[in-house]
Amino acid sequence: MSLKRKDLIGIAPLDPDEIRLILETADSFKEVSGREIKKVPALRGKTVVNFFFEPSTRTRTSFELAAKRLSADVINFSPSASSVVKGETLLDTARNIEAMQADIIVLRHQAAGAAETLARGVRASVINAGDGWHEHPTQALLDLFTLREKKREFNGLRVAIVGDLAHSRVARSNIYALTKLGAEVRAAGPPTMIPYGLDKLGVRIFYKLEEALRGVDVIMMLRLQLERQGRALFPTIREYSNLYSLTADRLKLADSQALVMHPGPINRGVEIAPDVADSLSSVILDQAANGVAVRMAVLYLLSGAS
Amino acid sequence: MNQSTIVVIRGGHVIDPGRVNGPADVLIEDGKIVAVGRDLAVPACRGGVPTIIDATGKLVLPGFVDLHVHLREPGYEYKETVKTGTASAVAGGFTSVCCMPNTNPINDNQAVTEFIRDQARAAGQATVFPIGAITKGSEGKELAEIGELRDAGCVAISDDGRPVMNSHVMRRAMEYALAFDLPVVDHCEDLYLSEGGCMNEGVVSTQLGLPGIPAAAEEVMVARDLALAELTGARLHLAHLSTAGSVRLVRDAKARGLRVTAEACPHHFALTEEAVRGFNTHAKMNPPLRTWSDVQALKDGLRDGTIDAIATDHAPHAVQDKQCEFVDAPFGVVGLETALPLTLALVDEGILPLEAAVAKLTSEPARAFRLSKGSLALGADADVVVVDPQETWAVDPEQFFSKSRNTPFAGWKMKGRVRVTVMGGRVLYEAGAARARISP
Repeated sequence: MSLKRKDLIGIAPLDPDEIRLILETADSFKEVSGREIKKVPALRGKTVVNFFFEPSTRTRTSFELAAKRLSADVINFSPSASSVVKGETLLDTARNIEAMQADIIVLRHQAAGAAETLARGVRASVINAGDGWHEHPTQALLDLFTLREKKREFNGLRVAIVGDLAHSRVARSNIYALTKLGAEVRAAGPPTMIPYGLDKLGVRIFYKLEEALRGVDVIMMLRLQLERQGRALFPTIREYSNLYSLTADRLKLADSQALVMHPGPINRGVEIAPDVADSLSSVILDQAANGVAVRMAVLYLLSGAS
Repeated sequence: MNQSTIVVIRGGHVIDPGRVNGPADVLIEDGKIVAVGRDLAVPACRGGVPTIIDATGKLVLPGFVDLHVHLREPGYEYKETVKTGTASAVAGGFTSVCCMPNTNPINDNQAVTEFIRDQARAAGQATVFPIGAITKGSEGKELAEIGELRDAGCVAISDDGRPVMNSHVMRRAMEYALAFDLPVVDHCEDLYLSEGGCMNEGVVSTQLGLPGIPAAAEEVMVARDLALAELTGARLHLAHLSTAGSVRLVRDAKARGLRVTAEACPHHFALTEEAVRGFNTHAKMNPPLRTWSDVQALKDGLRDGTIDAIATDHAPHAVQDKQCEFVDAPFGVVGLETALPLTLALVDEGILPLEAAVAKLTSEPARAFRLSKGSLALGADADVVVVDPQETWAVDPEQFFSKSRNTPFAGWKMKGRVRVTVMGGRVLYEAGAARARISP
């Protein structure tokens, strides 16, 4: 089995069967990560380039581990160390990397559309590891994988996504993924952080967190980007926390088995109370562990290996 | 001894909006229109051979007038020059173009205006009417020497692309321009509302994760400008309206008798924000492509006269400028060589009668800026375009006369094409073999 596409740019272009294929493939790779010798030869002789224009620790490390466990050769490229600062375009830099016979390029970039633009210009497979506010497909896939372990069925699952959805690629990818699989998605946050027309993507919008949380099976907290304070999106961190922080009391409004997720890194005491975060640390670490398995699956399926 | 030159355009369907709409010949002598009528006799030509253009089955129209182009010279000659821009104009049927002042240096003084006009004369293509800056350096602070700009040949003033945000400065500019009866042209954009935006704020921007420019960014400035025009009595011209709200505001202002004119661009009525999908930098312009209902409102505005003119906002950018991430790409598309068929499409769609569509490209823009162009009246400059309204062709940007290829219409099948462009009685452009030179 393989994906019938060269690249993974986002969740939006995938159909539900492709999403399920990735998750099922990740099942078998999760088993590999539990072995004494955590390595399979599936991508032996292939070259994976991690091309990260934005600082990232967990996503880059996760892709690097995933590629190494598949026996691929891995190169890490970051803009400060590359020629990009000399004014070379993304496409020219990528073509140079490709000329060195890279098979898969993993791209993290601050501009929405960077991965799609790159994918059109190179023969190598491109995996979007986050482009601006647009998409972060492997994050959504690992969230789905984690949900599937805990909840099994996506259809009818009630999921609240809380925080700054307007500036979140994680939120967009999760909205596409969850709605495609039949989940009910709610968005909660101040109106300044709910992008125009989100309701037209099949999302129910709530400005009061308490109403959004009532009876949900899953709560996905988004990281509040603190540097956005002072840009008229919210008055103060204090008021934001008062209105939208996930506290133990608010958590009680959700289903008693509700799962809390966070893509990290967490601002303790800002979007999530420390006691809630700590009670959930197991899930957050599950997300991290599953990230490697899901990225192995994506690398494997795009490489055309069998 | 003076030798007169004679051109006869024969057998076509002449549309000179408000004057002629029917089969007629056009007789040109020494660069001026001397007769328009049926079966004109070719006068004896003193010492020369008259040029006869067979326009059978074609439309014969006044040369088009574009109120809004960017010729990029001085300063950005790698994108376009006065010469290539005016050649592009002539190939698209435009014999008069008004060029915006956002060159480098900015056209905020006589020297730059004169340089542009000199370059235009040297190029010998379309007539160039420069638009001067409203404020020095288009910085929105101090008024440019508007009187001198007018004396040097500027026909309007604008800080296009860098709109005057300070309403007090704009008020004073409108008042001051009254002394010279110059129209004040505004690119309506509240820079705080649009900050960081690169496409229409709507469902598509939400899906693509691109920062949006709300319709309100344009509409609040349209409303402001109309209030200031009412206060000052100035002649106000609103550039490239793109939203339903703007059309509504202008319609209301016209009904109340304000001296306001407005233009719309072909890309804004031929495309919607959907064209941005795939992060297509050739669909990035300012104002951005809007929604289907905005497009309908623009068409209504064109139909009922709220929108006077069709202008291209021809904005050339080099390949490397647009070959980058969508958020980083500059705004703008070329438009001179695709405007005619996109305008004629409005006729096929039943939005405009043919004569009204022609007026939007000729007499109406000329009236807005009081240019003695855009008509085939006796004694007028003989700027004439022969158009085949039926010819279909595919847009190939490599064939453009413009130096740049940044069009969202590459590969589009178009209907209607310029066959011949005559400027001041000289044949400057002809496509294929429509013209036959014969002795009488």
